Amino acid sequence: MSTAIVDKPSTLQGARLPKWAPYAIAGGSLALAIGIGLAAGLHSRVQWGLIAAILFVVGTYGIAARVEGTRQAKDRIATSLVWVSFLLAVVPLVSLVWVTVARGVKVLDVYFLTHSMGVVADTEPGGGIYAAILGSLEQVGLATLIAAPVGVLTAIYLVEYGRGNLSRAITFFVDVMTGIPSIVAGLFILSLMLMLDLEPFGFAGSLALAILMMPVVVRSTEEMLKLVPNELREASLALGVPKWRTILKVVLPTSIGGITTGIMLAIARIAGETAPVLLLVWGNPFINANPFEGAQASLPLYIYQQYANSAGSGAAYDRAWAASLTLIAFVMILNLVARGIARWKAPKTGR
Amino acid sequence: MDITTKHTEAPPPAAQAPAGTEQKRAARGATRPGDRIFLGLSRGSGIFLLVIMAAIAVFLTYRASLAISKDEANFLTAFEWNTGVIPPRFGIAVLAFGTIVSSIVAMVIAVPIAVAIALFLTHYAPRKLRGPIAYVIDLLAAVPSIVYGLWGALILVPHMDGLFGWLNDYLGWTGVFSWEGGAPRSMLTVGILLAIMILPVITNVSREVFRQAPQMIEEAALALGATRWEVIRMAVLPFGRSGVISASMLGLGRALGETMAVATVLSPTFDIQTSLLDPGGGTFAQNIASKFGEATEFGRDALIASGLVLFVITLLVNGAARAIIARRKEYSGANA
Repeated sequence: MSTAIVDKPSTLQGARLPKWAPYAIAGGSLALAIGIGLAAGLHSRVQWGLIAAILFVVGTYGIAARVEGTRQAKDRIATSLVWVSFLLAVVPLVSLVWVTVARGVKVLDVYFLTHSMGVVADTEPGGGIYAAILGSLEQVGLATLIAAPVGVLTAIYLVEYGRGNLSRAITFFVDVMTGIPSIVAGLFILSLMLMLDLEPFGFAGSLALAILMMPVVVRSTEEMLKLVPNELREASLALGVPKWRTILKVVLPTSIGGITTGIMLAIARIAGETAPVLLLVWGNPFINANPFEGAQASLPLYIYQQYANSAGSGAAYDRAWAASLTLIAFVMILNLVARGIARWKAPKTGR
Repeated sequence: MDITTKHTEAPPPAAQAPAGTEQKRAARGATRPGDRIFLGLSRGSGIFLLVIMAAIAVFLTYRASLAISKDEANFLTAFEWNTGVIPPRFGIAVLAFGTIVSSIVAMVIAVPIAVAIALFLTHYAPRKLRGPIAYVIDLLAAVPSIVYGLWGALILVPHMDGLFGWLNDYLGWTGVFSWEGGAPRSMLTVGILLAIMILPVITNVSREVFRQAPQMIEEAALALGATRWEVIRMAVLPFGRSGVISASMLGLGRALGETMAVATVLSPTFDIQTSLLDPGGGTFAQNIASKFGEATEFGRDALIASGLVLFVITLLVNGAARAIIARRKEYSGANA
C-alpha cells in the first residue's frame, strides 16, 4: 500500500506517522515562517501566519504521502484544512470581543450610564448613554408588547387549530417574513408616516421592530408547542375541559419555559437593530422619555452616530466602544438567561 | 437559526388529537363562547401577520410608484442618484451591482469556511469541546450588526492595507485586484466583514444538517477502511448538500439586506469600480441609510423605491432557500 520507511513485521495496518508528527510539522512550519518573514522583511503578523499555514498544509501532505500513502495524506490535508478554517474564523471573532471589551471599559462607568449627551459636543469627552438606554428600553419594550402576544397566538393557531390553506399560507409568509431586511421594515413604517405626515417618534421604531420580532416569536413558540406531548391534551380533553382552557391551563404552562426563551432571544435580536431606528426615531442627545412624541435616542443608533458624526475624534470612538460593550452585555445576558430558562423548564419529552 | 431546522427532529405534530376534538367541537356546533373567542383571537393574529406582509408590499409599491413616475432617467440602468433637483434623475444600477458583488464576495469566503467549521464541530473537534464551541458560535450570531460595523471600520479597515498591497502586487494584473492606494474601504473589505457576520448563521444550519447524516452509512464506510475524509466526502456531504445550499441562501439573504456594517465600512460613490480594492460603489441598504438624512420627501420616496427592489430580491432568495429546506424535510423524514 505504501513504501514503509521503518522496517517492521508486516501487519494489516500500513505505516503510520507517529502521534506527535502533526505538532512537529506545525512547529517546524511556524519557525520556518517566522524565519521567512524576518528575512523578507514582512511586517504583518497575519502574513507570517498565512505562510505558516501554507507550509503546514504542504509539509503535511508531502510527508504523509511518502510514509502513509496518498489516501491518508488527503485525509490529513482535509483535517488540517478544517482546523485551519476553524482557527481562521476564530481570529476576527475573538478580536471583536476583545477589542470591544478592552476599549469599552475605558469610559464605561456609573457616570457614563447615568448621564446623556445633552450639549456635549461630539468631539469632546464626557456625556453618556442614559437617554439612549432609556429610549432603547422603551422602544424594545413596546415592540415586545405588540409582537409577543401576536406571535404566541399565531403559533397557537398554527399548532392547535391550523389546517388547510390559511395555516399553510401563514406558515409560508412567516418564513418569508423572517428574511425581511430590517431596513425594509423601517421603510414600510416610513411610508405610513409619510402618508400621515408624522414626525419621527419612538413608537414608530417600535412598530418596525415588532414586524421583525413577530416571525421569530412565531417560529420558536411553534417548535415549543409541538414538543408538548399529545397525551396531556388528550387527558385534559377527556376530562371534559374545553379546548381553550386546555390550551391555557395545560399546553401553555407545559411549554412556558421554551416560549419565554424564544421571546427573550427575539428581544436580544431586535435590541441591536439600527437601521429602522435610524429612519424612524432619528436619535436625540437629550432625554426624551415619551416614546409617542418627538425624536428619541437609542443605544445601537448612538453607536452609529458617535462613529459617523465625530470626524475621527478619540472621545467619540471611546463612547461608541463603551456603548457597544453595554449593548453586547445586554444581548449576551438576555441570551444566557434565556438559555438557562430553557434548560431549567425544558418539557420532558421522554426521549 | 437552528430553530427552523430542528423541525425534522421534533415528534410528529399534534395532528391526531386535535383532529378528533375538532370534529367533536364541530358536532356540538361550538357552543362554548370561550372556544369561539379563543379561536377567533388566534386566527385573527395569524391573519394580522398576513395583512402586514400584504401591507408592506402594497405601501412600498405605492410610494415607489410615486417616485419612479417622475424619474427622468431609467430607474433600472441610470448611474446617478439626484433626487433633489428638477427634473429628478436616479437609478439603481450602481446599487444593484454593489449589493450583488459584496454578497458574492461574502459567500465565496464564508461558505467554505462555514462548512469546514460545521464539519469541525460534527466530526473533528474533541467531543468535550463541541458543545461549548457551538454555544459560543450561537452567541456570536447574536452580536448586533452595528458592533460588527464599528469593529470593521475601526479595526478591520486599518488591517487591510497589507492584504490589499499583496493582492495588488501579485494579482493586480487581473484588474479585479488592482489598487490605486486609497483607503481600503472597498467592496472587498465589505465582503470580508459580511462573511464574518454570516459565518455563524451558515455554520449553525449546516451543523444541524451534518449531524443528521445517517450514522449507519458512516460506520459502514469506516468499517470498509475509508479514511475520515472519504467518509465525509461520500456519506456526509452528499447527504447535506441541499441543507448547505439552503443555509448559504439564508446567509445570502442576510448579506443582501445588511445596512449598518456596510454603511460604516464603505466609502460610497455613485459609480461602478471594476476593482474590488478601490473604494467606491454602494449597496441598496447602505444607500438608504446614508442618503436618508438629507433627503426631501420625494427623495425618501425614491429611497423607498430602491428598498422595494431589495425587498423583492430578498424575498426571492429566502423563498428559494425555504423551498429547498421544505423539500429536504420530506426526504429526511422518510429516512428518520
